[in-house]
Amino acid sequence: FFSSSFVLIVQYPDSSRPQFTNSPTMIVMVGLPARGKTYISKKLTRYLNWIGVPTQVFNLGQYRREAVKSYKNYEFFRPDNEEAMNIRRACALNALKDIANYFAKEQGQVAVFDATNTTRERRGVIISFAKEKGYKVFFIESICDDPEIIEANIMEVKVSSPDYENCDKEEALEDFLKRIECYKTTYVSLDDESDRHLSYIKIFNVGSRYLVNRVQDHIQSRIVYYLMNIHVTPRSIYLSRHGESELNLLGRIGGDSGLSSQGKKYASTLSEFIRDQAIKDLKVWTSHMKRTIQTAEALGVAYEQWKALNEIDAGVCEEMTYEEIQENYPEEFAMRDQDKYRYRYPKGESYEDLVHRLEPVIMELERQENVLVICHQAVMRCLLAYFLDKSADELPYLKCPLHTVLRLTPVAYGCKIEPFYLNIKAVNTHREKPVNVDVTRMPEEALRTVPEHF
Amino acid sequence: MMNGYSYGMEICMTNCPTLIVTVGLPARGKTYISKKLTRYLNWIGVPTKEFNVGQYRRECVKIYKSFEFFRPDNEEGLKIRKQCASAALNDVRQYLTEEGGQVAVFDATNTTRERRETINRFAEQNGFKVFFVESVCEDPDVIAENIVQVKLGSPDYTHCNTEQAVEDFMKRIKCYENSYQPLDEVLDRELSFIKIIDVGRRYLVNQVQDHIQSRIVYYLMNIHITPRSIYLCRHGESELNVRGRIGGDSGLTARGKEFARCLGQFMHKQGISDLKVWTSQMKRTIQTAEALGVPYEQWKALNEIDAGVCEELMYEEIQQRYPLEFALRDQDKYRYRYPKGESYEDLVQRLEPVIMELERQENVLVICHQAVMRCLLAYFLDKTAEELPYLKCPLHSVLKLTPVAYGCKVERISLKVEAVNTHRERPENVNVHRTAEDALQTVPAHL
Repeated sequence: FFSSSFVLIVQYPDSSRPQFTNSPTMIVMVGLPARGKTYISKKLTRYLNWIGVPTQVFNLGQYRREAVKSYKNYEFFRPDNEEAMNIRRACALNALKDIANYFAKEQGQVAVFDATNTTRERRGVIISFAKEKGYKVFFIESICDDPEIIEANIMEVKVSSPDYENCDKEEALEDFLKRIECYKTTYVSLDDESDRHLSYIKIFNVGSRYLVNRVQDHIQSRIVYYLMNIHVTPRSIYLSRHGESELNLLGRIGGDSGLSSQGKKYASTLSEFIRDQAIKDLKVWTSHMKRTIQTAEALGVAYEQWKALNEIDAGVCEEMTYEEIQENYPEEFAMRDQDKYRYRYPKGESYEDLVHRLEPVIMELERQENVLVICHQAVMRCLLAYFLDKSADELPYLKCPLHTVLRLTPVAYGCKIEPFYLNIKAVNTHREKPVNVDVTRMPEEALRTVPEHF
Repeated sequence: MMNGYSYGMEICMTNCPTLIVTVGLPARGKTYISKKLTRYLNWIGVPTKEFNVGQYRRECVKIYKSFEFFRPDNEEGLKIRKQCASAALNDVRQYLTEEGGQVAVFDATNTTRERRETINRFAEQNGFKVFFVESVCEDPDVIAENIVQVKLGSPDYTHCNTEQAVEDFMKRIKCYENSYQPLDEVLDRELSFIKIIDVGRRYLVNQVQDHIQSRIVYYLMNIHITPRSIYLCRHGESELNVRGRIGGDSGLTARGKEFARCLGQFMHKQGISDLKVWTSQMKRTIQTAEALGVPYEQWKALNEIDAGVCEELMYEEIQQRYPLEFALRDQDKYRYRYPKGESYEDLVQRLEPVIMELERQENVLVICHQAVMRCLLAYFLDKTAEELPYLKCPLHSVLKLTPVAYGCKVERISLKVEAVNTHRERPENVNVHRTAEDALQTVPAHL
């Protein structure tokens, strides 16, 4: 199922399955080892999945590790090593087969083929394959000649690879540099002239410059935009909810109430915490709702308000307790429990809608460096799901308790997450999925997992 | 506390204004890009103005004789042109430092490194960021088409016939060619720029500094010049329309259904290949599209403005229950936000992805709602925030927008199916203490 959280959905009268484009897209990475191809592949895949485009990475290195159980040294990658070349070619064909399967049988929309693809010959094989199957192809080439960046990459992700389990760091680095040399002799970059009919983006030196050729469609345009906004400068993103609010205390959802006395305590404690973190050039963002603004005010620094960070609109259920929702809208309540991600409150929003409206926030978070986002439970779940690559099923049940700051720091291919509970008591607002989600269930079954409140 | 801006654009409001500088030979689309970009930035709320050096030159040299003015060895010509550039930069400074401007687009050839250095120095002195937009094109067909579309009608050539004008203009281009130094990947690697090659087949993007430059690049990479038309219309007349009620999610009346049928016939007669049809997620637009019998795409972003607590009320009821709100709305209809609802300003923000996709697409029919259509129309026709909420978008009429020269040709087609009028003009008295009668003066008739 393809969600409508992305820009548009196509409703064909007879089809139950909305489609984004008519043809699947293969994104093909190009570049020497340690140029960030896997970093880009994983990040792009995470972004596309979050916005609702089913995407998967096919990493050739993994196929190779399956085929050749133990890696000896760089000699495997020598261009004159015929046996190895045969194995590597077979791996590539297997990966392409799996991609075809992903598109045909698993409803994939985008496949990211993560390999060096440094020769024109290899790229030719891929292009023929895609043409035969009717897939669009978009190349992403990463070019970098800064030895410091390359060494940093190797230290961050290569020395800990399964290939180098039994080596120390120095040995691993030395072997890997020789591995790169093996590719250099046959490396042919995408060429302005001979490849002018291909669709691609060339990224130079981690984003200081880009060359974009023949963007074919909307998704390629979005991919280009995303790639041009991400960076690798070290930084941290702090996510927190507003302090406990008056309506939180009463077990009521939504609304626009102010902070309770505990909430105010949290705000001032948060202020101390932030000061102790001594963060360089911290940006602070809030929603347009009182409770986040009041929390930010206590920090005594400039902050920016985003309407897009407002809590999910619960429509007719705004300011109700779960008990009241069960009483007034028992069927809606059950349907929400059946599919919490896609369920839309009458006259309100769904989590899926929320992801769509948060996309510009995510894009700007990617551009920024150190940011503290003071937001709301459903909003924080959506943002967290993006950073931690959580599925649509997991997202609405992520635990985002009050009075806890999550610090996210990009590391290797993912995100390190550190929770800081600031030790100010607050009510629990997390309602787990009840066992019985049937519309015929009893009120007690529906309300079993409602957290306590006044 | 920083001012409550709703959208990401405001995040980029760093302390420095931005100077966008076009680069390129004549007839490469610099003015087209300048005007379009300016229109887009103003629509999303970034105060932007373009400064076309050609216009300054026309002020200075009342009568254009021939291409000889542009010869590189014409010292007097050079002197005048330099003065004009300086005058324009002066106005840029005033706009960005004293008139609240955020972005200035300096539209000129700027083909020499020396000229660009001058501009860089000027920007540095004044604390402006600089972003270059270069258009490179060697396709003779494209250049010829440009000349026909926008140069022949220029004040410079009012006294020439077509042939003479084209010949003179080609010689004019030649004057610039010898000294043209395109932006270079190596020599200009410290500058922030986008090089647009062959009308967007290819782009080179260098050192994007901030959010607004990133947005500008994204926009420029999505626009195209392939001829096409955009059709805008509202859903057919709805049940709530006839009862004078705003918002809601009602179905079509019999007349509304008739409109939908006529719309189907009309679009069919237009004979467009590959027409895309877009609707909102509300019943009335979907029902209208259904009658067309072609696939259509639903956008939540095209939903009508959310009137919050006033949803499904008549204006008379709004006056009765919320007289203060009603007056505040009349005072500033663009920025006013219904309690628990939206403002036109919010609407523009949520429609931005729709506009971006409309730019990417070719022939599209958008079936939407009154406030939404006003916002889209304001984008295409470069209307201000003051004009936008009062644009006339009656039911049962289709607007066909066709890009031409530097703007948009508009054809209004009324499909001859009767419908209520839903357009409420701004009343004379917008004071919070006005009488109910004054407030309701301009409410259109309804059941």
